[in-house]
Amino acid sequence: MQIYLPIAEVSVNAFLLLGLGGLVGVLSGMFGVGGGFLMTPLLFFIGIPPAVAVATEANQIVASSFSGVLAHLKRKTVDIKMGVVLQVGGLAGAFLGIQVFNYLKAMGQVDLLVKLAYVVFLGVVGGLMFIESVRALMKSRGGKTVSTRRKHNWVHNLPFKMKFRASGLYISAIPPLMVGVLVGILAAIMGVGGGFIMVPAMIYILGMPTKVVVGTSLFQIILTTAFTTMMHATTNYTVDVALAVLLLVGGVIGAQIGTRIGVKMKAEQLRVLLAMMVLAVCIKLGLDLLLMPSELYSLGAGGH
Amino acid sequence: MTRFLTLLATLLALALPAKAEEIVAGLSQNAVQITATFVGSEILIFGAVKRDTPAPEGDLGVAVVIEGPSHPITVRRKEKRMGIWVNTDAVEVNAAPSFYAVSTSAPFNEIISEEVDRARHISIPESIRIFHSEDVADPDNFAEAVIRIRENDGLYTMEEGGVRVTDNTLFDTHIELPANLTEGNYRARIYLTRGGDIVSNYVTNIDVHKVGIERWLYNLAHEQALLYGLMSLAIAVAAGWGASTFFRVFFRS
Repeated sequence: MQIYLPIAEVSVNAFLLLGLGGLVGVLSGMFGVGGGFLMTPLLFFIGIPPAVAVATEANQIVASSFSGVLAHLKRKTVDIKMGVVLQVGGLAGAFLGIQVFNYLKAMGQVDLLVKLAYVVFLGVVGGLMFIESVRALMKSRGGKTVSTRRKHNWVHNLPFKMKFRASGLYISAIPPLMVGVLVGILAAIMGVGGGFIMVPAMIYILGMPTKVVVGTSLFQIILTTAFTTMMHATTNYTVDVALAVLLLVGGVIGAQIGTRIGVKMKAEQLRVLLAMMVLAVCIKLGLDLLLMPSELYSLGAGGH
Repeated sequence: MTRFLTLLATLLALALPAKAEEIVAGLSQNAVQITATFVGSEILIFGAVKRDTPAPEGDLGVAVVIEGPSHPITVRRKEKRMGIWVNTDAVEVNAAPSFYAVSTSAPFNEIISEEVDRARHISIPESIRIFHSEDVADPDNFAEAVIRIRENDGLYTMEEGGVRVTDNTLFDTHIELPANLTEGNYRARIYLTRGGDIVSNYVTNIDVHKVGIERWLYNLAHEQALLYGLMSLAIAVAAGWGASTFFRVFFRS
């Protein structure tokens, strides 16, 4: 069944969108990631204009994170105070990101920026995750358990200390603010929630306990992506609600299936798989930039 | 259909003032509505040649042009910089139609001379206007790129021999409108030619617009952007929450 998307102004198969949503949903359910970093490139591949893909994906992430946060709130695994601090940074970052996005859009470099951002971040995160999880996998085969000791690093020597009770932390507000800004910029430019950056940053830089990390990151992501959606909707008019809903319905159902598969697999195996997938998307996008494109010319709206 | 056309031609022949040769034509539809399930449309163009005197010398030709609204566009070219392909040169094309379909009764060059084409902007390359800029050395390559890209997207088509002419009097053709149409006023032009020159022409409009929910969403997104943004968020949250609740309740295992 073909459906004409009112804002993207293209006609696509509704089942293809439901399927894409479902596929990414399965993966995000399995790995506990938002899946925005996979969905946005997939939307590029099926011919949705990049600007619409990025803005709509932000809208979809709000929705897909919403039910997740409700569950975490019930289990009290959300550090609201930390979330709000991250959020303040996130809003500033998203605002900055939108300015950069719109400036580069006028210069015709927005596709390049989005793709470069993807290649760099997917490459770094995928690479690190792959190395780390392969090591963990080898260690667990050797029968040794990995000891985790909280280290005191530079984060603990900064001013403006705050108490984060749910995380059991007494640290400066500056690092969470910086993490928030970074994730906000990425959310605006890449159309992702930023969970794949936020989660490692919370664990390794801020030293938060793992049990509050996912809930807090989801809490922060909702607000940041909601703000991003509003910015895109009011300045670029590129949020396609029909597209978002179709992806979402597929995504929610897929996530439920994915969660069930995820339970049956070992954590290390899951991480290796996720890392390989992230690297595969990264390589595909990287090749697009490196290899000579079949069409050197591209058309954009004119008249500045 | 043919009998109807003959009748139409005869009636019009009686009603209109005399001229050596004149074209009368009609379209199967004068409005195209883009709905949520729009998959493209087909327009049938038919008509007849009305003449009071025996057919004059020279070969008869019919050319049908359907042209979408023109918008300025920016054409960018990629170049390899520091190992990656980056947009570098850009040319502003002042006007390029969003859709352009030409259908003719014979090879284009045989029925329309070059001078006539240039004066009336009939062929695809003639429909694009670039005010030559000094920014790039080869603006023609950019104009060719517009045509190439839009031809690949099925937005620019040229079908030589697409118009069927019966008994040197009746003609008909059909033109496909693709699913990725932009809104606006589409102009249909029909030319009757003899020996490369235009002897008569007929112009009419086709109104292409979104309707129903498509129309409503598009207008809301552009005119009430804030409200639309909030609505998008609310709908998405409700849909996401609803779907997951539904799943939890009905598929609990």
